[in-house]
Amino acid sequence: MDFSVVISLGYVVASGLFIFGLKMLGSPATARKGNMVSAVGMLIAIVAALLDQGIVEFQWILGGMVVGGAIGAIAARAVAMTSMPEMVALFNGLGGAASLLVGWAALSPDATTFTLVTIVLSILIGGITLTGSLIAYGKLSEKLASGAITFTGQQIVNTLIIAGVVGSAVMFCIEPANTSWLYAVIGLSLVFGIMVVIPIGGADMPVVISLLNSYSGLAACAAGFAINNNVLIVAGSLVGASGIILTQIMCKAMNRSLSNVLFSGFASVSNEVTEIDGEIKPINAEDAYYILEAATNVAIIPGYGMAVAQAQHVVKELADLLEANGAEVNFGIHPVAGRMPGHMNVLLAEADVPYDQLLEMDEINPRMESVDVAIVIGANDVVNPAAREIESSPIYGMPVINVADARTVFVLKRSMASGFAGIENPLFYKENTRMIFGDAKETLSKLVRELSS
Amino acid sequence: MNGAEYLLFILMLAVFLGFELINKVPATLHTPLMSGANAISGITVVGAIAIAGNGNQDLAQWLGAGAVALASINVVGGYMVTDRMLGFFKKKEG
Repeated sequence: MDFSVVISLGYVVASGLFIFGLKMLGSPATARKGNMVSAVGMLIAIVAALLDQGIVEFQWILGGMVVGGAIGAIAARAVAMTSMPEMVALFNGLGGAASLLVGWAALSPDATTFTLVTIVLSILIGGITLTGSLIAYGKLSEKLASGAITFTGQQIVNTLIIAGVVGSAVMFCIEPANTSWLYAVIGLSLVFGIMVVIPIGGADMPVVISLLNSYSGLAACAAGFAINNNVLIVAGSLVGASGIILTQIMCKAMNRSLSNVLFSGFASVSNEVTEIDGEIKPINAEDAYYILEAATNVAIIPGYGMAVAQAQHVVKELADLLEANGAEVNFGIHPVAGRMPGHMNVLLAEADVPYDQLLEMDEINPRMESVDVAIVIGANDVVNPAAREIESSPIYGMPVINVADARTVFVLKRSMASGFAGIENPLFYKENTRMIFGDAKETLSKLVRELSS
Repeated sequence: MNGAEYLLFILMLAVFLGFELINKVPATLHTPLMSGANAISGITVVGAIAIAGNGNQDLAQWLGAGAVALASINVVGGYMVTDRMLGFFKKKEG
């Protein structure tokens, strides 16, 4: 019996469910169901694919599914929410690798030029995604140095690699029978993935991870062309579009262009020191408690430091106590706080903070003037007023959360070191700023003890 | 329409649809969006299945089997971790 009509219809239904699932992701109330809808779509697509007439043996398919599925299930259960950026980076890489293999396997002696071009694209994008994601994973999990890695002649090396990739890709399309060109494309795209990500520093990771997310979709899309499969094209381009939009949002939130993020590691950082007037006013947790106790409106601005200190649960405790004390508590979340888009939201949601208390930058800024105390936890560049005030600052023009508009600002900070961008923060010297030095989690625990006694 | 044009047509429509849909996802859900997108990009498994089952015992079959395994990690891991995360998001009671 020929199932080709059933298979095609299965793919149509699956595509529809992916689209509907993404639509339901538009609101936190329906998002979980949306994810289920999307998963059902995937199941239908897989069942349809298994009906293919060309399949004569199932053991390798089932073996691959069992092994891969088990690894995926274990990873999904075990991963800590603070490590989500690493996990997503790794998964992006695996998606890229799968598309590389499918593109490679699609090579046949009677392939048309169009198919050859799409094979090259899926290998190229898949390869870049694989190694780029592995480097991003290494940087995020701090197995590699998280700073930008640059060396003299890097641009020349990269130019040579690009020329090599383009040259061998063209030669592969002209002479597909000569496998040296194929191996050259595979090898060079893997090397290129490494070279693209090493010059990018840790603080720019939200952009990189979004971009690699997009590439993993585009690689699937290219593989869809190579094997003439429309569901791969639909699903791949949905993922590609999603990654591109997130990349744009991240770039906008840093007031930088994509090319600036990707290539600024090469530019020498200006070491111009701006003089900042004022002095640092440190206070201890006890004094902070007296100010907090009298506050009726509190805003909490978390940053990557909150994730590092694993302080999200004690932050929630503090918020509850402040609310019990009669204060209104909101969280102000900058789009690039953390190491991936939405990172802070997931951590706080895990700690049981309701999502309607998590405000975006554009929502919290107009309210900042009525805030009694703004508590900055492990955030630095995203609350740096230099972005508004100092034109010579490298981050001038970047949208930031205007905590300085609040009556009092508490900055919880380990020490006086600059943020990842290495930029001085005038916020620390403001008249209404109080610094609380020490581990964020310990400081918050002290405040919680004071408030609950 | 021949094959290539038809596929490009699908690509164009899907890209536009993707932009429209994703633009409506609130910032608070961007991490689950990414991990969910990751799971969807595991769709490569569908393409890899037919190759891994071709029975030829050739290079393509091994590549296909590897792709099935890698993409399955993405599909299962991606959907499960997204579900776990979305389970955390709750509205304020009362």
